[in-house]
Amino acid sequence: MSLASAHSVVEPRPWTKRIAAVLVIAYALISIVPLLWIFATSFKTPPDSIAYPPKIVFQPSVEGYCNLFTTRTRQEPGYIESLPPATTFCDEVTRKRNMVIAGPSNFVPRFINSLVIAFGSTFCAVFLGTLAAYGFSRFKVPLIDDLLFFILSTRMMPPIAVAIPIYLMYRELGLNDTALGMILLYTSVNVSLAVWLLKGFIDEIPREYEEAAMIDGYTRLQAFWKVVLPQATTGIAATAIFCLIFAWNEYAFAALLTSGTAQTAPPFIPQIIGEGGQDWPAVAAGTTIFLVPILVFTILLRKQLLRGITFGAVRK
Amino acid sequence: MLNRTAESLARATPAPIARRVRGLSDKGLAWLFIAPTIILLLAINIFPLFWAIGLSFTNYRANRPNEPIKNVGLQNYERILGDADIWHAMQATAHFVVWTIVLQTVIGFMLAYLIDRKFRGHAFWTTIILVPMMLSPAVVGNFWRFLYEPQIGLFSYAVSFISGIPATQVQMLSNVSLAPWSIIIVDTWMWTPYVMLICLAGLRSIPDYIYEAAEVDRASPWRQFWSITLPMALPFIMLAILFRGIENFKMFDMVNLLTGGGPGSTTEVASITLKREAFEKWRTGYSSAFAIILFVAVFGLANIYVKALNRVKQR
Repeated sequence: MSLASAHSVVEPRPWTKRIAAVLVIAYALISIVPLLWIFATSFKTPPDSIAYPPKIVFQPSVEGYCNLFTTRTRQEPGYIESLPPATTFCDEVTRKRNMVIAGPSNFVPRFINSLVIAFGSTFCAVFLGTLAAYGFSRFKVPLIDDLLFFILSTRMMPPIAVAIPIYLMYRELGLNDTALGMILLYTSVNVSLAVWLLKGFIDEIPREYEEAAMIDGYTRLQAFWKVVLPQATTGIAATAIFCLIFAWNEYAFAALLTSGTAQTAPPFIPQIIGEGGQDWPAVAAGTTIFLVPILVFTILLRKQLLRGITFGAVRK
Repeated sequence: MLNRTAESLARATPAPIARRVRGLSDKGLAWLFIAPTIILLLAINIFPLFWAIGLSFTNYRANRPNEPIKNVGLQNYERILGDADIWHAMQATAHFVVWTIVLQTVIGFMLAYLIDRKFRGHAFWTTIILVPMMLSPAVVGNFWRFLYEPQIGLFSYAVSFISGIPATQVQMLSNVSLAPWSIIIVDTWMWTPYVMLICLAGLRSIPDYIYEAAEVDRASPWRQFWSITLPMALPFIMLAILFRGIENFKMFDMVNLLTGGGPGSTTEVASITLKREAFEKWRTGYSSAFAIILFVAVFGLANIYVKALNRVKQR
């Protein structure tokens, strides 16, 4: 087996590949450790989570998850004995710590808020963005370059800076702490990126297809719906992921503009307090659960995500 | 759908006119498509910007809405430019932005170069590397707080394990010289994959035939790297630097939850100062002026940078 004969000029040599693999895998493993640690912490009991030295081997428990979903009160052991037997598993776990479940926590409503606001604003941003991108791409819009740059520059303000007048504006309009207000805000922030990305994707679709369709009798609207949209689905998916990731993970606006009804999960999770400080297993449990939808989306739509990120780089 | 006469009439009509007689005219449709986006942006992005500009010339305080509003002209701007705390915040921000860009670009490009060697399973490991990017920066800031705890945190334990310093002395968050690095490390952990992806796109855009021609000319791998790989990937690297630079200049979530700007105000980056002025001290007019200054700074720097970037692309 001669390496010289099998060697193509641009294909790296086997030992180069091996070294590259070792380095990359090492980096990947090190960078995933914090996440694995959080995942592990969510299954620890509160005393285990703050043990020194940090426990790598431990007795797993669902106490973190129970604490995440409930509010509890501390009671005398005598009182706990006098209660009817524990009905659910979480009941048992809580009672072992001399506490009684008082009711559900706010985690589920906050999570649902996150779902509604993130998916709602993503849908709106992608919808408006696709239309606007098509308009910029196909029609002669006056001052198009300036308009596009203006759209992009709206992303250069620090969120806090935008939040000051928005706070006042929403206070006047009664949109403070409402899902509608948050959806409008996130849509508006996302639509600039959406237009920019989607215009690039739509630019790639040759005009000849629509023009052929229109000569065959379709209106411009029908041509858009039947010819352009199906070809743009990859671009739309890539854009949707970005908008979703931003809206799902957003903290600054959510923390400043909501406090109760419309609060999403990111401001809520860091505030989960246990006895004597943050309840780390519960926080870890909340973090893990919050991560799952985005992780699923990312893995399913990985190729579109890659296209989207590199698209901004390639097509500019 | 169309009867015979109409069909033949349609075929005989020249294409531009044909487009116009069917359905909404092009111009009408263009405005219908673009208007909603422009209206939304005007209402939620531009109108507040002008409101903030207006506020910056007043002494308005949002927690005393019934006090008479006085126009103070440029006084807010003068006071900001002379305020030592503000300058300190800008220094902290600059330190953060510069170091995160340097680390993320170097590590990101190296990772991209290694992944481009296309070893077996590189797609799988790339996905693993991408995960930190998907998290909420606020939630990340919060749980890295846990990791940085002097005794019980995994980071402190790992450092003490490797270097022998007792874990209680690894005070990432409360030591004034270490705290700025704590935020830099977390940001690098989160966003190096992003830079890596953009650099990877750049590396993949270099056509093979250029390398082949270089081999024919007997160029060494070093020479190939410096004369082909780096220059052709440079526009992408610069683009990644631009995006990360703008994002980190605006950074709020992660730093707020990791250090709160502390210890004291060591890691108080610009956005945190802004938040304190606007939502804790309620000096709405003053903070609006600071917000406008920040915006103009980013806008101006980005403009200059994009011009330089376009020049590099044309080479």
